[in-house]
Amino acid sequence: MKQAKPRARSLAILSPRVFAWTKALIFVLCLGPLARLVIGAPLDLLGVNPVETIRRSTGTWTLAFVLATLSVTPLRRFTGWHWLARLRRMLGLYAFFYAVLHFTSYVWLEQFFDGAAIVKDIVKRPFITIGFAAFAMMVPLAVTSTDAMAKRMGGRKWTALHRLVYVLAVCGVVHYWWLVKRDITQPAIYALVLALLLGFRAASAFRKRAA
Amino acid sequence: MLIKPPGDIRASEITPHGVYLRRREFVKAGLAALAGAAGLVAAGSVNAQGAPVKLAGVRKSGFSTMEKPNSYKEITRYNNYYEFGTEKSDPADYAGKLRTRPWTVIVEGEVKRPKTFGIEELLKLSLEERIYRMRCVEGWSMVIPWVGFELKRLVEQVEPTGKAKFVEFVTALQPENMPGVRLPVLEWPYVEGLRIDEAMHPLTLLAVGLYGEALPKQNGAPIRLVVPWKYGFKSAKSIVRIRFVEKQPKIAWEKAASHEYGFYSNVNPDVDHPRWSQATERRIGQDGLFSPKRKTIMFNGYGDQVASLYAGMDLRKLF
Repeated sequence: MKQAKPRARSLAILSPRVFAWTKALIFVLCLGPLARLVIGAPLDLLGVNPVETIRRSTGTWTLAFVLATLSVTPLRRFTGWHWLARLRRMLGLYAFFYAVLHFTSYVWLEQFFDGAAIVKDIVKRPFITIGFAAFAMMVPLAVTSTDAMAKRMGGRKWTALHRLVYVLAVCGVVHYWWLVKRDITQPAIYALVLALLLGFRAASAFRKRAA
Repeated sequence: MLIKPPGDIRASEITPHGVYLRRREFVKAGLAALAGAAGLVAAGSVNAQGAPVKLAGVRKSGFSTMEKPNSYKEITRYNNYYEFGTEKSDPADYAGKLRTRPWTVIVEGEVKRPKTFGIEELLKLSLEERIYRMRCVEGWSMVIPWVGFELKRLVEQVEPTGKAKFVEFVTALQPENMPGVRLPVLEWPYVEGLRIDEAMHPLTLLAVGLYGEALPKQNGAPIRLVVPWKYGFKSAKSIVRIRFVEKQPKIAWEKAASHEYGFYSNVNPDVDHPRWSQATERRIGQDGLFSPKRKTIMFNGYGDQVASLYAGMDLRKLF
């Protein structure tokens, strides 16, 4: 029991070198889902319908990275590992990266650049409308993710803009929920995690106001 | 001068199945030794050596398409059989437990001579190979070499009465063997239906085999419906009961989402699923990763044979 404390402290504060290595390792790990697709496609490892595998994998990994980004603050609070905050931008940009791949797989592999069909889908099909909306909301967040942009906007405005992540996360989960044919188990899991993450924020906002 | 057009690739010249068969030589000896082999034999779709049962005396059919059939692997590892789970790989992974012997098909309802057929009796009917296109409501398609007989031949044996306007198909429900039925994804058992003239159409098949062998469990062993001009879910798997009725039956997908799935569910590029377009489809295994999808054809290309069944009907309303 006595040893637990110093170890916890050692994880709470990382030396610059350890942090740099941790970040590099996570950066590489985050490329794993893409590597699986890029290596798996020519080796025929993506199943009988590879286009479906690519579309689904990029979609679910987008959601996973959005949720990972939203987990940073609660994790920091519970563990005291404040360096986690310095990984958040990378995780957010990975969410955007996989969203771009997901969107590209739809435009290219699914619709083969058929502009009319894409516009019709976005207008007519609610699950695509909301998915597209979520993607569109990610663009300004990615664009303003640099230090320079944050400085130019000013902290308050920047923070307000980046609250969009809550909205787009909900849109992303609804997108998944609406597209499944019948069995909602998978989207329900993402919805539950998102509800917990948003619930944490609602609770801390409420506590702050009460205090 | 007579210039002959290059012939279509004949089904017999396509060898993925041969390749598939060779792989069994590796495992045959080992499989026979396994205690599990006994269970497989009892199940009836494989013999003592662990190889699928070859169906004898299968005739070729003029109703077959000349298109290139999908490989055995594609047909048996990418299935919708929700009783075993909703992932495409679930049926291949979990259908092994389906009990297919003993198996009877009860034929009843508005018929003069109701009868219970043992599966062995049905397998003795003269069988033919029908290579059909299969278009899934989800927007993908395959070409599948089924083995079976026309449903009509079974119908004629029971003599439907004048009141028999529709045919209802009830499929197997074995909760102890079907992990998917624990969730109320659909109403179990899965029920399908056809209008009597659709059931009597020569294209409508009761399939008992695939690639000349007994039907694999994930594809609906031991006997299933195949209606090639309708979306795949109309072709009910593992049928245990065929009932002739006066009123249009409520089918499983209609009960689950009636605005998305209709009783007829004919393949129709002009009537979209509310959530996706039906104008195009991806042919599994044949359209490359970066090639555009192909256009879906009305009645899945079987319009010449079946369009007359629907003369005067508004297929937008009766989708």
